[in-house]
Amino acid sequence: MFNSLSDRLQDTFERLRGKGRLTEDDINVAMREIRMALLEADVNYRVVKGFVGRCKEKCLDAEVLDSLTPAQNVVRIVLDELTSLLGSTDSKLTLAQNRTPNVIMLVGLQGSGKTTAAAKLAYLLKSQGHSPLLAACDTHRPAAADQLATLGGEIGVSVFRGDGRDAVAVASASIREAVDHLNDIVIVDTAGRLQIDEEMMQEAVAIKHAVKPDQILMVVDAMTGQDIVNVVTEFANRVDFDGVIMSKLDGDARGGGALSVREVTGKPIKFVSMGEKPDSLEVFHPDRMAKRILGMGDVVGIIEQAQKVADEQQIEDAERMLREGFTMDDLLAQMQQIRKMGGLAKIMGMIPGMERAMAQMPQAADDSQLTRIEAIIHSMTREERARPKIINGQRRRRIASGSGRSVQEVNQLIKQWDEMNKMMGKMRGLAAQGGGKKGRRAMQQMMRNMGGGKLPF
Amino acid sequence: MGFFDSLKQGLKRSREALNEIFYMGGEVDEDFWEDLEDTLVMGDMGAEVAMRVTDDLRERAARENLTRAEQLRDALARRLAAEFPAAERDPFTDLPSTVVFVGINGAGKTTTVGKLAGRAREAGVPCVIGGADTFRAAAIEQLEVWGQRAGVDVVTRERGADPASVCYDVVDEAERRGARLTLIDTAGRLHTSSDLMRELAKVVNVTRKRSSVPVTVVLVIDATTGQNGLSQAREFNDALELDGLIVTKLDGTAKGGIALAISSQLGLPIYRIGVGEALDDLQTFDALDFCRALVGEGM
Repeated sequence: MFNSLSDRLQDTFERLRGKGRLTEDDINVAMREIRMALLEADVNYRVVKGFVGRCKEKCLDAEVLDSLTPAQNVVRIVLDELTSLLGSTDSKLTLAQNRTPNVIMLVGLQGSGKTTAAAKLAYLLKSQGHSPLLAACDTHRPAAADQLATLGGEIGVSVFRGDGRDAVAVASASIREAVDHLNDIVIVDTAGRLQIDEEMMQEAVAIKHAVKPDQILMVVDAMTGQDIVNVVTEFANRVDFDGVIMSKLDGDARGGGALSVREVTGKPIKFVSMGEKPDSLEVFHPDRMAKRILGMGDVVGIIEQAQKVADEQQIEDAERMLREGFTMDDLLAQMQQIRKMGGLAKIMGMIPGMERAMAQMPQAADDSQLTRIEAIIHSMTREERARPKIINGQRRRRIASGSGRSVQEVNQLIKQWDEMNKMMGKMRGLAAQGGGKKGRRAMQQMMRNMGGGKLPF
Repeated sequence: MGFFDSLKQGLKRSREALNEIFYMGGEVDEDFWEDLEDTLVMGDMGAEVAMRVTDDLRERAARENLTRAEQLRDALARRLAAEFPAAERDPFTDLPSTVVFVGINGAGKTTTVGKLAGRAREAGVPCVIGGADTFRAAAIEQLEVWGQRAGVDVVTRERGADPASVCYDVVDEAERRGARLTLIDTAGRLHTSSDLMRELAKVVNVTRKRSSVPVTVVLVIDATTGQNGLSQAREFNDALELDGLIVTKLDGTAKGGIALAISSQLGLPIYRIGVGEALDDLQTFDALDFCRALVGEGM
């Protein structure tokens, strides 16, 4: 049983990789696997058909079959197709230059995450120097306006509630409110509605006519199944949205349904929503998403995430580490960094091939290991952390009982620290050599050693 | 509108999709079987279940010489209905009872609690709502509005309070007031968030330990959910040992096939289904009725 699209495709491609030359039958087997995998990832059935058809046609090209590396070519073709299905460029919000306030309207089904997305969008715009106003036009769900008001209060964005009765009236009044209070963007949060609920769809259209939004964004739950096509088609016909915010992508849903959105409506996915915190709205990158789906890892994503978290202090620390060696405090800081980035499992999930490795040894990505190591380090004195070499047998026993772990675990940690410290020493040597061919070779050698060795947790 | 009618109404689109196949009439051919499998997949039933069900029906058709679409429709409805385990006990009518509602964000937990409280009040059952969603902004306010509508008291605490201790209070208070039915709403969470799942496990454990009446843990699942629903249900089941399901939002065009996959693979009965916004639109689940409506039988 396969867990995810990437597992499945990787398995297929591994089998193809073993072959020198592919026959049409091989391609058929691969395409069948891809079809099943995409279906399991909730890509709409019709979209899958078209996708697999296009891939197959390209794969059957004589050049592909006769090339020296046919399997890699198939991988490339599938990846390219998937990327182009997702849209080929980054999409951003387009707002009219000569209009104040600009208006962004959010629509979607019940429970897709509109109110949360509205607050996140406001937070993002505020951090870009705008002065957004949130308009609470969900007059149907109990306490929806309260929810928006609370979220707005948390991120310091004002919320306009109006009389809380007529959504259209609240929307119109919110524009006047924005003009009075010099807000340059109004984000209109609307009630969740089923696309077949005629009355509610008319209300959405009425709000649209009343506020004439620059952008209408549809919030789509990444976990939605096959029905997504019916939903977005109807919303596109009636309300004609400009783009999509895909929500709940921090779960393990592959978001295959959202691929369908792009294919069926042609509307771009503009943002992905990755969690409960206000800063978890991210710009959508089709190439990264495609790679992630294919299990090729979101390496760029890791780097960006690390950059976000790393501050100057940590850069200084890194330089100091190179200069003076690696202390237990550094190890602790590194682990806290990992936690900030969303835990081991999230990071490892982004590294190519890691997902499969993790499936084989699930305890490797268990964050409770981090907690144990933290406990051990916390039980060391300041001196021991700075100079772990001084930790003798007696100290080890003390640390073990202090942290509630066994002496073996303490030993293991010290051994791992030792290895990392040695590695750091080698890097120091490389930095001194200042690159060069020899340096690069040594670096490569080191990377290999790292790959062969165990992670320090 | 009777139960069967409104259920049919809610599942109209599902039927239409399946009808495309069945209205071919006459003898069925190879295309029929392929289309059947595909349509079941399109209904979010999952490739695995779809194939199993189709193969099964195919064998049966050969064995019992079923060649007409009508016969096959009946056979399919019965075959699908057999996939659902029956509920041993209905936690909303076998009283006294305490029910904890869990699920991912936006599944419809709070609305479901509100509707069930309204139903209990109408039936004259003393009921208490527990608000253990102390995380989401205005979740407590939302529940209180439902409580007012239903005329049922809501026991909760301020936002940010420990949900497990809220549950303790709720059960305490419910006992003191002699409530026969206690409905506890929890915060929505993604099944992949291990910290939040541990928190929920604690909530459920505290409630199970403290309550002197049977505690039922119900997973609320949105009918529009795709195959990820299975992974959701598995995680929640592993962490909490679920007792059953409630499927919401079946009034849309979603076919709700994932409910079949979850129910059959995890052996969880479906207690109620939501087919609309009104109080009465939360209905008892009848597997055969559900499947008959799904395959368009008796139209």
